[in-house]
Amino acid sequence: MANNAIDRIARSTPSGFAKRVRGLSDRTIAWIFVGPSILLLLAINIFPLIWTIRLSFTNFRVNRMNAPIKFIGLRNYERILSDPDIWQTMQATAHFLLWTIFFQVLIGFTLAYLINKKFKGNDLWTTIIVLPMMLSPAVVGNFWTFLYQPQIGLFNYVVGFFSGADPSSFSMIGSVHLAPWAIVIVDTWMWTPFVMLICLAGLRSIPDSIYEAAEIDRASKWRQFWTLTVPMVLPFLMLAVLFRGIENFKMFDLVVQLTGGGPGSITTLTSIDLKREAFEKWRTGYASAYAVILFVTVFGLASIYVKALNKVKER
Amino acid sequence: MSGYSVTEPSKRQKWIAGVLVITYALVTLMPLLWVIATGFKSPADSIAYPPKVVFHPSLEGYVNLFTTQTRITPDMKATLTPPQTWYERIVRNKGMMIAGPSRYGQRFLNSIIIGFGSTFFSVFLGTLAAYAFSRFRVPIKDDLLFFILSTRMMPPVAVAIPIFLMYRQLGLSDTHLGMILLYTAVNLSLSVWLLKGFIDEIPQEYEEAALIDGYTRFQAFYKVVLPQAATGIASTAIFCLIFAWNEYAFAVLLTSGTAQTAPPFIPTIIGVGGQDWPAVAAGATIFLLPVMIFTIMLRKHLLRGITFGAVRK
Repeated sequence: MANNAIDRIARSTPSGFAKRVRGLSDRTIAWIFVGPSILLLLAINIFPLIWTIRLSFTNFRVNRMNAPIKFIGLRNYERILSDPDIWQTMQATAHFLLWTIFFQVLIGFTLAYLINKKFKGNDLWTTIIVLPMMLSPAVVGNFWTFLYQPQIGLFNYVVGFFSGADPSSFSMIGSVHLAPWAIVIVDTWMWTPFVMLICLAGLRSIPDSIYEAAEIDRASKWRQFWTLTVPMVLPFLMLAVLFRGIENFKMFDLVVQLTGGGPGSITTLTSIDLKREAFEKWRTGYASAYAVILFVTVFGLASIYVKALNKVKER
Repeated sequence: MSGYSVTEPSKRQKWIAGVLVITYALVTLMPLLWVIATGFKSPADSIAYPPKVVFHPSLEGYVNLFTTQTRITPDMKATLTPPQTWYERIVRNKGMMIAGPSRYGQRFLNSIIIGFGSTFFSVFLGTLAAYAFSRFRVPIKDDLLFFILSTRMMPPVAVAIPIFLMYRQLGLSDTHLGMILLYTAVNLSLSVWLLKGFIDEIPQEYEEAALIDGYTRFQAFYKVVLPQAATGIASTAIFCLIFAWNEYAFAVLLTSGTAQTAPPFIPTIIGVGGQDWPAVAAGATIFLLPVMIFTIMLRKHLLRGITFGAVRK
């Protein structure tokens, strides 16, 4: 694999070309190297973004291509921000975000702490734990619907086995009360290893000498944990939360396959709602405004968070 | 260092930690093992209550996954030749016959074409850009790097709206080329950031020595830097491949037939008379196995890959 990729790249750079550019300055080469990437990103990311912003001020609908496009100013934005349904999807997203991050941090940190005890074979078990994270979220969501089946599903059977409840008496994805937790459970199953890996890197970055010094000062283990381990791992943990936060704010594939946003609209996260507006109701202008609001929210929250993260790092 | 160390956990601590971690690993592995096992069950066993742990292995799920079937009517039965192959026999035993291949093979092939195509381009462009960012003074470098990263923050559904309109105009909807371009652009941020980290770690002295020996910048780049960065490029490629392989949102919104990949297709597998769970499980197993193998290969660079190089270890 390694050699193939290199060979291909090497072969695709004809030596004749290299000779011709012999006289080029480093500056020119820099632009030749960066240029194509920037162009592609402009074409596939920035141009569409600008287009989205423009569309967000119109009443354009893709399924009515011939209708004249009217500029309606901020009307779409007004409508979105005053729509109670959208606040409900925001609430569903917040619930999902907070609880997945809570469980993933709790379990992920604990696992990392235990793995850092360096028991025999910890590398092998770490790799096994990591597996769910690398899989396709849509396929994962799909097969969890199977595990969540009342009566025949493994999840219901195991819960029933340990709690004594009848496995067919509850449906994780059919019940309004359980569905929000069904998506939290699967996301936690899938992404806890991510937080674990980052925490593990944090724990391994702490030099032993610090603990040795603390031991000489006769600090108790408990005190060492709270005054050394936790503050040293905190920047790593916050980075993990940032990544999970952004990812789960964008969450679409896993939940669409798992619950489809239902029952009712109880698990309709913002991305799922946006998809309905844009690709089922075909309200393109309205959906564009919705998308712009989501961009601004993600960028805003992320940049505030990154500022906080940098402060923690500086300490 | 031998003897007593304050930082080395005691035997008992190690033992407890080991038991807890292994328990978690086994619990977390259970859903995956269950799906793999379901692929080898007969439809009746797959929906048995209580769930069957011991069962007669059957390849019916895999046969159903790759074929379409029709029911045999009594008068048709007389005209049929006896089944020639093992898979025909499985199908015939339940009173059906194979009508042709299913679309799964085609979707799987699309995943391979789009996955490898976009991986090649994003690693190719990413290596060039990463080298420039690592070695040269590019104006507004930090802004450009942040801009490249920020493209990953946007929800795919939001990006898909204008892409959908643009592709319709350009005739790129539901084409392999369109999906390859899109995944290349999405993966480029990962590829540039990861590769910049890898190339930063290669000492500049190597190239400088080559430049003094009369190499041009270009030659120094592909004769000295590329071989040094080989491991980095390979692991970046695997990360890009895994992303493209797993991607669902763009695939489901922008493709419907010709260029559809496996993730949007697998959930649509339904058998005759109710969901055919063994076939779905078989489809998922075949699709997920390559990623599991890659993950095991990548374990040393995993952390770097999933954090865009922010944590290098």
